Amino acid sequence: MSDFAICLAVSAALFTLGVVGVLVKRNAIVVFMCIELMLNAANLAFVTFSRQHGTVDGQIFVFFVMAIAAAEVAIGLSIIVTVFRNRASINVDDVTMLRR
Amino acid sequence: METLLYLVFGLVALVGGVLVIVNRNPVYSALSLVLTMFAISALYILQQAYFVAAVQIVVYAGAIVVLFLFVIMLLNLGDESDLPASSGTRRFVGALLGVTFAGIVGAVVWEYASTAGPAVAAGTDIDHTKLLARVLFQNYLLPFEVVSLVLLAALVGVLALIRTHGRDLDSSEADNV
Repeated sequence: MSDFAICLAVSAALFTLGVVGVLVKRNAIVVFMCIELMLNAANLAFVTFSRQHGTVDGQIFVFFVMAIAAAEVAIGLSIIVTVFRNRASINVDDVTMLRR
Repeated sequence: METLLYLVFGLVALVGGVLVIVNRNPVYSALSLVLTMFAISALYILQQAYFVAAVQIVVYAGAIVVLFLFVIMLLNLGDESDLPASSGTRRFVGALLGVTFAGIVGAVVWEYASTAGPAVAAGTDIDHTKLLARVLFQNYLLPFEVVSLVLLAALVGVLALIRTHGRDLDSSEADNV
């Protein structure tokens, strides 16, 4: 198994772990951590392909993904804090007002 | 030897990812996330993406996970045992979708990895960070500026979300915040 295949496999497995976490967990903060896992898996794939192709463009994309992840975490955590203020809970099953 | 390092750090990353999901206490989940970040950073170093590896540690382990921990401790969240147990249906559906997804992605990876040629050596005649900077500020200048706007928008959005609509924090609200 080549190093390239190992990195891609780790990336795929990490992304799957993130998907499963988002589907299974009910703690909103842990759901956010799983989204971070997925973003990191994508970053790993970017760097791996970048190395494979001998260019640095994939690594530039990683910077953009990191910037978006930082913005997303700031917004998401402030949403969680706001929900906690109103509901005193961070269980994602308690926030179903838009479903009704 | 190098392949062994890839395997070890890949396994560490996966173990960290599993621990994020399995742990009942969100603080332990956040710390497992740090483990995964460091392992991925090591994989970046193995692939000679040194600057990305440094930024990964500074931004993720240094900023994002600290933000997570800050909110967890601000909201004073204990373990999840006070939450009602996750329903069996949800776990089953989650596991089923996860296995299906892993199968699809694994098939694609297998297909691609078995046909890919050997890695092309990146430009070694120039300092790596210098090369990154050159590409970032010449080919990707517009996206770079757009990202700075996105960060500004996120800053304004957070302030708008957290605002308490002109009310002073009285004692009842101070308990929640």
